[in-house]
Amino acid sequence: MSEASKSRRSFTDHALVQLTLMRMREFIREPEALFWSMIFPLALAAGLGIAFRNRPPEVLKIAAVTPRLAEALRQEKLLDVMQLPPQLAEQFVRTGKVALAAEPAADGSPNGSIVYRYDDTNPEGRQAKMLADQAIQRASGRQDPVTGSDQIMREPGSRYIDFLIPGLIGMGIMGNSMWGPGFAIVDARRKKLLKRIVATPMPKHYYLLSFLLWRMILLPVDVGVPLVFGAWVFGVPLRGSLMTLAGVSLLATLAFTAGGVLLASRVRTIEAGSGLMNLTMVPMWILSGVFFSSQRFPDLVQPVIKALPLTAAIDALRANMLQGAGLAQMAPQAGVLGVWLVVCFGLALRLFRWR
Amino acid sequence: MPGPMQEPQSKAALCVRNLRKAYKDVVAVNGVDLEVLSGECFGLLGPNGAGKTTTIEICEGLTEADSGEVEVLGLRWSSDAPALRQKLGIQLQDTQLAEKLTVLETLRLFRSFFHQGPGAEEAIRMVQLDEKRDARVGALSGGQKQRLALACALVGDPDLLFLDEPTTGLDPQARRQLWYLIEEFKAAGRTILLTTHYMDEAERLCGRVAIMDHGKIIAQGTPRELIASIGVEHVVEFSAGSSSLDLAGIGGMAGVRDVRGENGNVLLQVTELHRAVPALLNELGRQGVPLTELRTHSATLEDVFVHLTGRHLRDE
Repeated sequence: MSEASKSRRSFTDHALVQLTLMRMREFIREPEALFWSMIFPLALAAGLGIAFRNRPPEVLKIAAVTPRLAEALRQEKLLDVMQLPPQLAEQFVRTGKVALAAEPAADGSPNGSIVYRYDDTNPEGRQAKMLADQAIQRASGRQDPVTGSDQIMREPGSRYIDFLIPGLIGMGIMGNSMWGPGFAIVDARRKKLLKRIVATPMPKHYYLLSFLLWRMILLPVDVGVPLVFGAWVFGVPLRGSLMTLAGVSLLATLAFTAGGVLLASRVRTIEAGSGLMNLTMVPMWILSGVFFSSQRFPDLVQPVIKALPLTAAIDALRANMLQGAGLAQMAPQAGVLGVWLVVCFGLALRLFRWR
Repeated sequence: MPGPMQEPQSKAALCVRNLRKAYKDVVAVNGVDLEVLSGECFGLLGPNGAGKTTTIEICEGLTEADSGEVEVLGLRWSSDAPALRQKLGIQLQDTQLAEKLTVLETLRLFRSFFHQGPGAEEAIRMVQLDEKRDARVGALSGGQKQRLALACALVGDPDLLFLDEPTTGLDPQARRQLWYLIEEFKAAGRTILLTTHYMDEAERLCGRVAIMDHGKIIAQGTPRELIASIGVEHVVEFSAGSSSLDLAGIGGMAGVRDVRGENGNVLLQVTELHRAVPALLNELGRQGVPLTELRTHSATLEDVFVHLTGRHLRDE
């Protein structure tokens, strides 16, 4: 009997620990994996955050033909008025350089009728017309019967970036949890490593369990990085409890990992695996409300959309982060994720091929 | 496990009876009987596609047979799979281990699957990979990868070692190094079943050999017995260039058992070299045929295979 046999074995000698360590080593020694799962989502969030940042109210460019009109229109702060000759003003409207041109009516009527040239299918044109008309009426002495005052609301939590960050977190959990195990399994099957491993006494469920464990270890990074980035750069709020957020994220990770294992349970080539992954994930990117609300789809398909795991994950994350919802309010979403987890893992165990 | 372990009933480490396996239309294994004794190195020799890998994978519990019986170390796959897995060391044909792991990490992983056996470090010493201990698997040469695969088969301190084409695709030096290791395991009293399509490998490593072709075992015994069984001790091979040759005249010479013409070469199976060669030279002189090449060798397993099937081992 050899010297090392039957000696006391440490924690790291456990098969499940060794398998999980393998997952970790393969991940951190693959620079591309690190980039696509960590840096890319951040770059996406930054890009979209900048593109859709809340700007100060926009000033509309318009043209006026006479100095008197220009003077009257400049009273409105939201209009940027250029004084132009009539022909040029008309050309500027046509080419979209100004939203509207105001000129005295051609018939030269005594009470100073005004003609507004603008495209009524363009919201900017319609808005410019309302603002311009209001400015001219006031300059001509109109008194408003009712006075109104403005209270401006630009709170964190209702901006596009606030909507986007939970969507990106959900999308990140799905992508990482499905690609990671899916790719590793197909690759190991292709290289006959799966067959070699199943020829050892390793309990088979350890292999699949190691993927769940590794995703759980990565979860704080998967969720934490975009969360901290959103809070730090854009002030995206986290109104619910962190524990609830962790719970929802964990459930989503397990469900998607099980989905990834299921998709990879019989695939033999990377190409076929990629196709299957994209076929599953791309529709969810569109339908589940990552970038825009899923409410925009017809009522008829809403039950289907609500049953998708990504919709459930994102709805729960948004409810938690933006409205501070507790676990009780997320029961339907948690239920959807739980069903996906059980069904996918059960099917994966049944369908999985080691060679 | 508590309680005394029961001693296996037979001395056979592996016992296979009337094994059959078909894939769709192809019968891969067609009624194979095998017995590997404890402590011997047994070779399954045959060309590619003979059914060697299917046979060994059924013995390894990776493929299910259509019919027949397999008893490994006195246990059966149907009832004792977990216990059996602990006792077997397996090397599969062309497995690629995880490339991002180091040699040591790979062996610690495989070691973690077994209750007992040498440590990862000791396994590395056994296959002489000490210098590559911390190298990534992806950076190893073919021979080093194969030795690592061998180490993965050894970490459970197996009672029976299955090696499927352990030297296929290696350069001659790497092959000799692997042979040396396998000879060491033999010397240490391990039981080994290996498959190969190299007759020199089987002759050098195996105490007993079964020759397999088209899913059947066509001969079985020690290499010496098998070679003796064809009644031929030597093979003379010569080439007469493009000259036309009277083969019948040569076949009629004393001590010549068989004549075979083969793309310009002529193969003679002879019993007495010292009589056959002078006779051959005389006969060629009589026919006025110039000799461009002449080789002789003692009969090998390759000649046994040619004698039994009319084909060479490497023929596809």
